[in-house]
Amino acid sequence: MIDTESIPLKTSTGRTLRSEEMVINMGPQHPSTHGVLRLELVVDGEIIVDVVPHIGYLHRCFEKHAEAMTNYQQVIPYCDRMDYIASMNMDWAYALACEKLLSIKIPERVEYIRVIMGELQRIASHLIAIGTYGLDVGAFTPFLFCFRDRERILDLFEITCGARLLYNYIWVGGVSHDLPSGFIDKAKAFCKYFRPTVKELNDLLSYNEIFIKRTANIGILPADVAIAYGCSGPMLRGSGVNFDLRRDDPYSIYDRFTWEVQIGKGLMGTVGDCWDRYMVRVWEMEQSLNIIEQALEQIPEGDVMSAIPKRIRPNPGEVYVRSESPRGEIGFYIISDGSASPYRVKARSPAFVNLSVCPEICKGYMIADIVAIIGSVDIVLGEVDR
Amino acid sequence: MEQVLRDIFDNHFFIYTIMAIIPLLWVLPYALFAVWLERKVSAHMQDRLGPMRVGGWHGWAQTLADILKLIQKEDIVPKAADQKLHFLAPFVVFIGSYAAFATIPFSSAYIGSNINIGLFYIIAVSSIVVVGILMAGWSSNNKWSLFGAMRAAAQIVSYEIPTALALLVVIMMTGTLNLQEINQIQTGWFWNWLLFQKFPFVFIAFIIYFVASLAETNRTPFDIPEAESELVAGYHTEYSGMKFALFFLAEYANMFAVSAIGATLFLGGWNSPFGNFLSGPVWGVFWFLSKGMFFVFVQMWLRWTLPRLRVDQLMYVSWKVLTPWAFACIVGVGLWMMI
Repeated sequence: MIDTESIPLKTSTGRTLRSEEMVINMGPQHPSTHGVLRLELVVDGEIIVDVVPHIGYLHRCFEKHAEAMTNYQQVIPYCDRMDYIASMNMDWAYALACEKLLSIKIPERVEYIRVIMGELQRIASHLIAIGTYGLDVGAFTPFLFCFRDRERILDLFEITCGARLLYNYIWVGGVSHDLPSGFIDKAKAFCKYFRPTVKELNDLLSYNEIFIKRTANIGILPADVAIAYGCSGPMLRGSGVNFDLRRDDPYSIYDRFTWEVQIGKGLMGTVGDCWDRYMVRVWEMEQSLNIIEQALEQIPEGDVMSAIPKRIRPNPGEVYVRSESPRGEIGFYIISDGSASPYRVKARSPAFVNLSVCPEICKGYMIADIVAIIGSVDIVLGEVDR
Repeated sequence: MEQVLRDIFDNHFFIYTIMAIIPLLWVLPYALFAVWLERKVSAHMQDRLGPMRVGGWHGWAQTLADILKLIQKEDIVPKAADQKLHFLAPFVVFIGSYAAFATIPFSSAYIGSNINIGLFYIIAVSSIVVVGILMAGWSSNNKWSLFGAMRAAAQIVSYEIPTALALLVVIMMTGTLNLQEINQIQTGWFWNWLLFQKFPFVFIAFIIYFVASLAETNRTPFDIPEAESELVAGYHTEYSGMKFALFFLAEYANMFAVSAIGATLFLGGWNSPFGNFLSGPVWGVFWFLSKGMFFVFVQMWLRWTLPRLRVDQLMYVSWKVLTPWAFACIVGVGLWMMI
């Protein structure tokens, strides 16, 4: 961090040189704002004095749409489009909330399928986060390596539900299709293939000298600030806070698997810097693989459609259910008035909350660091704006 | 070569025009090839195929098609731009990088201008590029372009110092600034090349030169003036059509120019690595071009492997790493020669 005040700009007469701050718009059309985020930067030369994020360029009235649907199930395709990088986790979070509202018991096999899909989706999402982060700091090749591996996960999704991006797969009470024949073997083959590529990624990017120079000690987010702002997911764990909803507030069947919550340790610099946030994602991918492998071993036979209600008319009431999406705590707050469509749906989106901490951690760094910091937050504007 | 032309024509203007155009006959097809090569190299490094369709075999005509497209494009000039500077900038940039070819010996028989301050001329004339880049960034009336231009100016000016110091090592050893003579000194087997003399000082000087030349040509990991993820496209953000193509051409011409200078000074230029085997004026062209192209390939290789440095880190590398080491090399070689 550079303190601009300490740099004296004096002329020979002893007077201070007049220097002006400049306002720059970064975005909404900018290569590294990950969508349509607009950052209003106040810069002093290359050094950031102030950052004001402007959001709303991708606002699609998700919450209002959800109220206008004639059926609880119809909201799910809209959930897909909220966080289009991690659609499965969005569907799952919404389905969990509805199931709690309806008090449905979910078949075992469905729970396992959901865990497998959710964790595969987490890997796919982290691959995008890592790849685009490499792109942000100027490394192009890891980006395509990550997309190559993500393709394999999308292939698995495609043979399961036919879609590669917006799945509409996890329904209230079940899933839309059972696993196709051969899925388990293909998923196992993927796990076997993917472990070495994580090492390849580490060699190419994570432990690259220039990459470490660009990310370590940059955008340090102390644990107390992270908690105060309500950050969650890798953003919070990168700051060294050992908190993961999958372990600390276990939903579905996460308490049956052995895995470890990864936190930032400040290996290359300070705890909570960009490198920690980045590395937590890499480690989490390996942990997700552990969960998937266990789930693939344990998955029972059974019907996946049996618990799907024909008509959803929950009793009047309200419910808030949270779960761990790749970006953090995704929560759905649903109020039912007893009719067939929700009275109110409020989504607590993790990227929105994580983004709000940006002005706090961006000041005093350089323009190039802003790109690195925004990249390490891993925002998806579809979810920020909803 | 000049003598041959003098025998055929008696018009001096004619002779000089021909002499000046010959490097262009290499630079233009080279740029087409290098853009294609860059796309293929990056593609194969990234588990892709790259262009495969246009022209049949591995999309060899892709860049031709791109150039045709760029020629047809409307030339858009921002309303608030400084029209004259905006128009001139790409030409200045290209002239700056092309002018360096004048004193690079392509073979024992051809050098554009056999002046005895050739190396000094190259160092001087390649600085003109900075002026063009500043013009482009300033006249575009775009804050991002201005940032790119300021960064480029700071970067290129800073890196000229380690470059010049590294070249000074060669000058000390050869005692001449004439590139043709420097080549003649290195005649014979490859151990006569300056790179392998006075180990390790010249070797270090070569590494310093190569790293600094990466920065001078704005290539990764020093591509901050046009850092895509930060500055959109840097100083050429507001350029379209053929003017954009000229910037592109200048970048690739510059890539070859610095590679060729490196090859000439440290790797024997047009000399065959195997003594008299496959040597001579025509084979000389072959050896010279292949050495140059090898370093162009290394530049591509680095670009698709490494992330980008930050502005202050870039300056750190120049002033606190490369420059002191270059001085150390000069002192080392000087002492060696005294003893």
